Amino acid sequence: MARFLGWRLLRALATMLLVLLIAFATLRYSGEPFDRMFPHGVTVEHQAALERKWGLDQPFWAQFAAYLRGLAVGDFGRSLFTGERVWAMYAERMPATLAVGSLALLLAIAIGIPLGALSALYRGAAGERAAMGVAFLGYAVPHFVIGIGLILWLGYYARALPTTGLATPAHYVLPVITLAIPMIAGLARFMRAAMLDAIAQDYAVTAESKGLAPGRIARVHILRNAMTPLISVLGLEVAGLINGSIFVEAVFSLPGVGRILVGAVEDRDFAVLQFGVIAYAGLVVAINLVVDCLYVAADPRVRLEQDA
Amino acid sequence: MSDAALDAPPSAAAPGAGRRRRRRLRADTLTLAGSGLALIVLLGLAAPVIAPHDPNAVNMLARIAPPVWMDGGTWTHPLGTDQIGRDLLSRCLYGIRTSFGVAALGLLFSAVLGIGLGLLAGLGGRWIDRAAMTVTDVFITLPNLLLLLCGIALLGTEIWVLVVMIGFVKWEGYARIVRGEALKLREAGYVEASRALGGSALWIARRHILPNLASPLVVMLTLSFPGVLLMEAGLSFLGVGVQPPTASLGRMIGDGRDYLVNGWWLSGMPSLVIVAITLLFQIVGDALRDRVDVRGDG
Repeated sequence: MARFLGWRLLRALATMLLVLLIAFATLRYSGEPFDRMFPHGVTVEHQAALERKWGLDQPFWAQFAAYLRGLAVGDFGRSLFTGERVWAMYAERMPATLAVGSLALLLAIAIGIPLGALSALYRGAAGERAAMGVAFLGYAVPHFVIGIGLILWLGYYARALPTTGLATPAHYVLPVITLAIPMIAGLARFMRAAMLDAIAQDYAVTAESKGLAPGRIARVHILRNAMTPLISVLGLEVAGLINGSIFVEAVFSLPGVGRILVGAVEDRDFAVLQFGVIAYAGLVVAINLVVDCLYVAADPRVRLEQDA
Repeated sequence: MSDAALDAPPSAAAPGAGRRRRRRLRADTLTLAGSGLALIVLLGLAAPVIAPHDPNAVNMLARIAPPVWMDGGTWTHPLGTDQIGRDLLSRCLYGIRTSFGVAALGLLFSAVLGIGLGLLAGLGGRWIDRAAMTVTDVFITLPNLLLLLCGIALLGTEIWVLVVMIGFVKWEGYARIVRGEALKLREAGYVEASRALGGSALWIARRHILPNLASPLVVMLTLSFPGVLLMEAGLSFLGVGVQPPTASLGRMIGDGRDYLVNGWWLSGMPSLVIVAITLLFQIVGDALRDRVDVRGDG
């Protein structure tokens, strides 16, 4: 087990190092920083002096090492445009993204998993078919279309909910629902398939034929076994949530991290963009690592397989 | 962008009774959805012929005109007009062209890249295989959207950048499936015989491995098409994809956002088109996968 987790940790570190390298290379070889900073031109001597001062005359690897040293002490640089500290820009926007994201995650788990489990147990019933039909729809429609549909219906037509910003708790309703819908659909569909798989297994048939109560079979034999693959799907879903939040923030004009990222792409502000890349990639890598650990804890078979 | 990896293939086939009926139903669904898709593609291809207006013709006198079935709508603009009076029907038709074009080219690029790397890993020997798979593993960890955003920031927002970047973020699925098959098949008797007769790796790949992969690859292409289409639409929606005045469904939805109160159709019409396309693709892909039984991954 230790060996398995050690490998995973090593791979996570390798991934992060590669991400940092990509981020740094993007930052370093993107356009001419001097043109950007001095739109009216700069003298050759002045530029050479600045290059010396900032270490731009050093070889690539030396610069990369300096960059890593900076990151290690929390120096993520400044925006090429506003001169603001990149870290401060993100820190200011982080709460909105985290709040909407985690609420959507909770909502999706609370609805999607029971929905999928129930629809597997009541397979073929009219209500189940309708639910899975809706799930199919929610699965195929992108966040920004869902969001605009909800704004039109609940915001403008029914005038029930506010549609921009996050001023009051009511403002959270539409963005959270929008972010959660595709995830609910995905979780329900996956849970249903996993349950159906478990129902068809020998141990479930045995449990039924020895006369166990259906409720007990569902709880102990089917649900438990269906839950394990769910762990890795949840990891994927959280990564999907990160993508989705960029769109949801754009639709509802939320003051979140996604807006900074899109703005940075538009402005080609690589100093700002690189931090977003590092942070998002770091989050995904961390999630994968947690998923691996949970997986090993939940399913001893994984451990044996990896150690063998 | 949702992952097709999340829905495992439905197992536990329905016992006896309703099976044939169900299969017939499925075949009908496939035909119906497939025809719907073909129709949409045809509409997009025929856009220059059937579009009632120039998609970029501005008419400030007819701004935000409603679609024909609403009060004040006319047959001049069957789906209404946008914020600067451009005909929405024409723009949707051209938008289909843009979206399908970018998605198809991007997918083609990713398939070529993935198949090439997969073959290299599967046939090229142990160390090449290890290196290629490590790169693939690391690559899978990186969020697609972020890579796309970086690429666009670096290379600009021309259409070829979108195509290349989409290809660049989607290749790993193909690489995996091709590598797996190559590893399996290179032990097969006929491949060994071919090698013994002096067949080169390229010959073996072309003659023995790729033909065996045709059907799973087709299913995979179908399943990943809506995701790729949504990548273009999403980036255009955010304003960093296809640039104006080129008609793009995503861009139309994004631009129409500011006019939701007095003209829902500005965003609504292209949204409906996108939903129709992705739903039909999903239906066709699911039906095809049930037949071939391959796990698509996003």
